Amino acid sequence: MDYDVLIIGAGMSGLAAGIRLAYYGKRVCIVEKHYRIGGLNSFYNLGGRKFDIGLHAMTNYVPKGVRLAPLPKLLRQLKLKAEDFALCPQRISVIRFPNKTLRFNNDFDFFVQEVVDNFPRQADNFQKLLKTIFECDELNLYAKPISAREVVSSIISDPLLIDMIFCPPMFYGNAQENDMEFGQFVIMFKSIFCEGLARPQAGIRQILDVLVKKYKACGGELKMRCTVTSLKCASDRVESILLENGAVLTADRILSSAGYVETMKLLTDYDSSKLNCHVGQISFVESILILNKEPTEMGHNTTMTFYNNSDRFDHRKPDELVDVSSGVICCPNNFQFKNPLPEGMLRITNLANFDLWNRLSEEEYKAQKAAWLETTLKEVVKFVPDFRDSIIFTDIFTPKTIHKFAGHINGAVYGTPNKIKTGKTHLDNLFICGTDQGFLGIVGAMLSGISMANLHVLQKT
Amino acid sequence: MTKEKIKSTILEIIAQIIPDEDLSNLKGDVPIREQVELDSMDFLDIIMELRKRYGIEVPEDDYMQLATLDGSIAYLEPRMKEL
Repeated sequence: MDYDVLIIGAGMSGLAAGIRLAYYGKRVCIVEKHYRIGGLNSFYNLGGRKFDIGLHAMTNYVPKGVRLAPLPKLLRQLKLKAEDFALCPQRISVIRFPNKTLRFNNDFDFFVQEVVDNFPRQADNFQKLLKTIFECDELNLYAKPISAREVVSSIISDPLLIDMIFCPPMFYGNAQENDMEFGQFVIMFKSIFCEGLARPQAGIRQILDVLVKKYKACGGELKMRCTVTSLKCASDRVESILLENGAVLTADRILSSAGYVETMKLLTDYDSSKLNCHVGQISFVESILILNKEPTEMGHNTTMTFYNNSDRFDHRKPDELVDVSSGVICCPNNFQFKNPLPEGMLRITNLANFDLWNRLSEEEYKAQKAAWLETTLKEVVKFVPDFRDSIIFTDIFTPKTIHKFAGHINGAVYGTPNKIKTGKTHLDNLFICGTDQGFLGIVGAMLSGISMANLHVLQKT
Repeated sequence: MTKEKIKSTILEIIAQIIPDEDLSNLKGDVPIREQVELDSMDFLDIIMELRKRYGIEVPEDDYMQLATLDGSIAYLEPRMKEL
């Protein structure tokens, strides 16, 4: 055997799994097809500027000293210190719907008070909902999926409050259209509202640098620009791994963060009729805008603005290229940084339709990006100060870009709606981690890698 | 290793995993996880450290035998006496 464990994909989950395994003496190799690590949470440079993909903010932020929460849990598992991620907390964020605004920061009691003040008739129901949320064992890998919409609407009777509560959790980690699995809802609710948002000054690079350095220091091997073309199966096992460059690797176990269906398609015994798993549809367009001034100078002090301008909040693949009726406006400047960022920046994320974007010719694609940027800006200035005259640079990525760089079918950022929580496949030595295993968000992705490495490798060998 | 040495080794491993906890009053016959804030992932790391440091293999089915400090010492004594 070349390796004890081969990991497909050097994103958050693959790197976290790799650290665990390498730290405890396993011979590990991570293969990454891109020339850059990060997967769905990565970065790029353009015109001398640095941009993040994925990360708006890290969820699950808790102050140093809190022990029993996902973030400190993962730091302990990865043998990292709280300082390593250099997280700076948010200022304040808002959920803005027609005629109603709910604010939240990293103090959960503040959010509870906002709900009570804005929806006084729902105050008791909201407490009941919190009780249900806190009683849920959301990390149980064997729990039966139930509808979060059903649970929440059986407790809260005002549809507006329901939609407002669902808006941030759905944008930040829901693979399903219109509904959400209740366990996943609880994970996201706690990670955003009960814990909180933060960002390293250097963005996603900070997190990825720390992970990759730790992984290498533990003796892990990382092969970049290394694409797996197929996984050769023999008697319920993956026998060998064929790479694009013709090399053949062998590993006792394989952890794949490439996505469930994406991984199944690599198998030499791939049989689409055996797949009981839907491909995800949720993807986004992100418009990135560089401004010639700090957003606070225009009176914009919020970190994250989750907006919706219609009667109901629809979380689904839109019928048009982009759905501008709802979205997230992230202001990377508005975290409590020690030094200000070099330039003002806004990032706007909207639901988008992969198929429609994918169908366009190169010329139409460019034209549509420009046209939709204008439409998007017209919409979002209803929710933030009009900054359009201050824009000095724009860049846009679409579901097509996500598909190209992260390899997820449909550019589905949150993967399949049918999560494989145990990580098991029909093959004895092949396991799924990352987006399709079920813990979403950046912290969730790392925890996914950690738990799958623990469950399927460290506890077994 | 003597029983005393095994005990101090286990305590040292736990202290490394959860440095903020006070372990001086840990009772031997009560599950460790009932006395200090140690989740199942942390517990796994005690077993992983034993393997990393001393090459001791604890099969998954035996994990429960390490739930208390006394149980851990009894379980590890025959496996660590040559060390």
